Amino acid sequence: MNAPLRRVGVVVMVLFGLLFANLNWIQAYKADEYRTSDYNGRVQVAEYDRKRGNIEAGGTALATSKETTGKLKFQRTYPGGAKYAQVLGYKPVNLADTGIERVENDFLAGTSDQLIGDRFKDMFTGDQTGGGNVLLTLSKRAQDVAYDQLRNNQVGAKRGAAIAIDPRTGAVQALVSMPSFDPNPLASHDTSQAAAAYNRLEQDPEGPLKNRALSETLPPGSTFKIVVAAAALENGITKTTQIPAGPSYTPPTSGEPIRNAAASICPEPQISLLDAVTESCNTGFAQLGVRLGANTIKEKARQFGFEQEDLTVGQLGEGGLPTAASRTGSIQNTDGGDDPAALAQSSIGQRDVRMTPLEGAMIAGAVAHNGSQMRPYLVRQLLAPDRTTSYYTAKARELRQPVSPQVASDLRDMMVSVVQNGTGKKAAISGYTVGGKTGTAQSAPDRPDHGWFIGFVLDKNKEPISAVCVMLEQAGPGGSAEAARIGGQIMRAAIADPGGR
Amino acid sequence: MTVAATPAPSPATTGEQSGVRLARSRRNAELSLLLLAMVLVAAYGATVEANLLDTVTPDFWMPAAALGAVFLGLHLVIRFLAPFADPALLPAVALLNGLGVGFLRRIDLGEAPVADRESLAVFAGIGGRQLAWTLASVILAAGLLAIMRDHRSVSRYAYTLGLAGIVLVMLPAVLPSSISEINGAKLWIRVGGFSLQPGEFAKLALLVFFAYYLVRKREVLSLASRRLLGIDFPRGRDLGPVVVVWLISLLVLVFEKDLGTSLLYFGMFVVTLYIATERVSWLLIGLVLFFGGAYLAYFLGSTVGGPFANFYVRAEIWLDPFADPTDKGYQLVQGLLALGTGGLFGAGPGGGQPEILPEVQNDFIFAGIGEEIGLFGLSALLVVYLLIVERGLRAALAVRDSFGKLLAGGLAFTLGLQVFVIVGGISKLIPLTGQTTPFLSAGGSSLMANWLLIAVLLRVSDGARRPVTGGGGKAARPAGGPPEQLHGAPTEVIKP
Repeated sequence: MNAPLRRVGVVVMVLFGLLFANLNWIQAYKADEYRTSDYNGRVQVAEYDRKRGNIEAGGTALATSKETTGKLKFQRTYPGGAKYAQVLGYKPVNLADTGIERVENDFLAGTSDQLIGDRFKDMFTGDQTGGGNVLLTLSKRAQDVAYDQLRNNQVGAKRGAAIAIDPRTGAVQALVSMPSFDPNPLASHDTSQAAAAYNRLEQDPEGPLKNRALSETLPPGSTFKIVVAAAALENGITKTTQIPAGPSYTPPTSGEPIRNAAASICPEPQISLLDAVTESCNTGFAQLGVRLGANTIKEKARQFGFEQEDLTVGQLGEGGLPTAASRTGSIQNTDGGDDPAALAQSSIGQRDVRMTPLEGAMIAGAVAHNGSQMRPYLVRQLLAPDRTTSYYTAKARELRQPVSPQVASDLRDMMVSVVQNGTGKKAAISGYTVGGKTGTAQSAPDRPDHGWFIGFVLDKNKEPISAVCVMLEQAGPGGSAEAARIGGQIMRAAIADPGGR
Repeated sequence: MTVAATPAPSPATTGEQSGVRLARSRRNAELSLLLLAMVLVAAYGATVEANLLDTVTPDFWMPAAALGAVFLGLHLVIRFLAPFADPALLPAVALLNGLGVGFLRRIDLGEAPVADRESLAVFAGIGGRQLAWTLASVILAAGLLAIMRDHRSVSRYAYTLGLAGIVLVMLPAVLPSSISEINGAKLWIRVGGFSLQPGEFAKLALLVFFAYYLVRKREVLSLASRRLLGIDFPRGRDLGPVVVVWLISLLVLVFEKDLGTSLLYFGMFVVTLYIATERVSWLLIGLVLFFGGAYLAYFLGSTVGGPFANFYVRAEIWLDPFADPTDKGYQLVQGLLALGTGGLFGAGPGGGQPEILPEVQNDFIFAGIGEEIGLFGLSALLVVYLLIVERGLRAALAVRDSFGKLLAGGLAFTLGLQVFVIVGGISKLIPLTGQTTPFLSAGGSSLMANWLLIAVLLRVSDGARRPVTGGGGKAARPAGGPPEQLHGAPTEVIKP
């Protein structure tokens, strides 16, 4: 029996050899991945030994850390609850972090290279200097109004978004996505409770975790007419040029006839460009688009910021909250030529055209700011833990120049006309010049329309103060008028409190 | 100690000579190794306190001292009752057991509120309970050594033990889930706050029966055969007991939802069968039956579900634990992350966060320890396990009777296989199954059963190294004497 016993000894050696080999393989090829995995709670636990810095706006702490007696020494809390959730994100113990909490994590946690001095000092003093503070551009008042108005919208929309930008700098004044969520349970130190809260939000069909203002793309409807009008103004058409209109228009090749939202809108065969924008004349813009050609429209949209995939909103440098790219979609036939039916529909913001609320606000902002589109940003300043030294201060940066000052001036006049005489009257603010454009976009035949409003407000010296975009998903009839009303309210708040920049 | 090093030991002729060489009991070597192990355990405890409390309390040595005292007691029992037992076994097991207690105490410290940590009592928490279990287990092991003066005497109770073993295996399966199920595996008997894993003891009982049965049947199993493709296959009717054990292990797999235990029983039986008959065909049949059965269970789990679904889910987790990292794959993922975080040298005892691991005191203790002692530390632990297993096999090689060979060989292999199943499971080498890590995991049943196993190995190794001509004097065989009915006992002729 000794021979098989020896062989069994060899088998045990082989089995243990496999264990050794496997453990070595884990350390050689997998250890880094495991160590830095999002599911690895250890990395974060070490962070809780140091007080995480505040995230603030307008002098109020929106995210702050409180000392606890537990194993994790600091509890992250969000006094604003759901109101700022999409901007701040959350910093959970065991789950992945999001929002500003994620993109500014190093600075808030105090592990950033910029704070190396504090870490060095701690080595000698034995203290644990906290993390740095992040100051946001948000206007508390505008954010309050945007959140409340969106939540209590009068058309009963369940999903939507609102964003307001300072057109002169690109500083974000308000950013709300509806429905929102309370980030506090997600930061709970009871990780199973946090995971349960997360799973509940994740499975919610209304998608509360989504940042719709930056990443939801929907057909923009008539708000896209501003882009088409800009293309027209650059191609020999003026505000007063008469363009073909009419009660209905069928594109040359085929397709459904395009009609206006109401029979009273531009039934006459010809209408000025100014009136076409003011009344939101579908037949006029469909024909205008077909005349200009798909490439002209696509190029203009691109110059306004469509198709940009890498735009982030945070600091004016690397990093920031990701955004979705707005798209014009394919307007071509299979042979590469224009598809007139698609072009006609695309020109009134339907078909495959998709826009984010952010892009809507950026279009309005560029029009208000003499054709100069500023890069949007949320982080105004990074402040040392002791609040004396500033490690970063935002310096506004132009992103692109979609239109010339002359074209911008014409577009401004048309948009002001929309609010004074047309579909956007509810956005008006007495004593200020408000311009805008509403949009009603069909989503699907059996679903209610989306309501849009993009707009801006100028002070008495024609200086822009705020540019907004409000989107109410599947709002149904009256959606765009309600969006205009909410847009006006947000701009009114931004006038009173323009936020930091 | 070096009996196997002598080429082809055939006790019948060279017994006298090797008897002279074996006369050294090496008990002092055992004592010094034991002291070394306890110093390591105390140092581990001190490091844990330094890392977790920022100070070493004046009482840091107390768990190590308590362990040391009871191990010293066992050492004395061995010195008098089994003077020629293998001197490496006790220190090696004591080291593992001591580190297990130390690690569990470290988990208690990590989970206690910071203010209460320094005042944590020696017998508090799971670490303290494990310490108490260790004391009880070691006393039990000493008792077994005292009662069982010759390992051959247990063969008299082989059938009783075999029956008891089967009852113990099947008991949790037939009991209602409310009593027997923990974390999806029906392996337990829970009465009040007290839980017992009868399967741990069944292992020992069944092995005694296997060894006895196979010694009696080995002739017929190894000689009557049919030759196919150059391999000798046994006759159909001789396959009976193998098939019965195979069925039992599959029943365990299906009804107790535990692949590990099933693999353990079956591997144990096939290997003892192979040792007894020296027929490779048994190994082949065993492997085919097991993998066939496992694949069938996997296949049925994916199509039929029902009792097989659990196995299917485990196999799926094994193939890709990160597919569902927060729910089904959670345990394995967290275990892998702990191993990965540990790196080569680990965070140091008390320096990591193993308490966030699920089941860190049981199945995942190896991963939890790994986070703090790293790849090098884990390798050292595996070497200690390997040492115990190989010393057990060495005792089997050296002992003169077939029953002792089968018993020691089977027990040693089973221990090694269990380590492989659980360590392989948590490191994603094989599908994870709920096995305890011998001597490390919290749990009285496992600890007690494994200490009894060590007692048997000590007894067999004592028999193996004891001089034939009765140099041990008063430690001569008990009145019962060698059971004469044992086939082929002391004068067995060893086959090449």
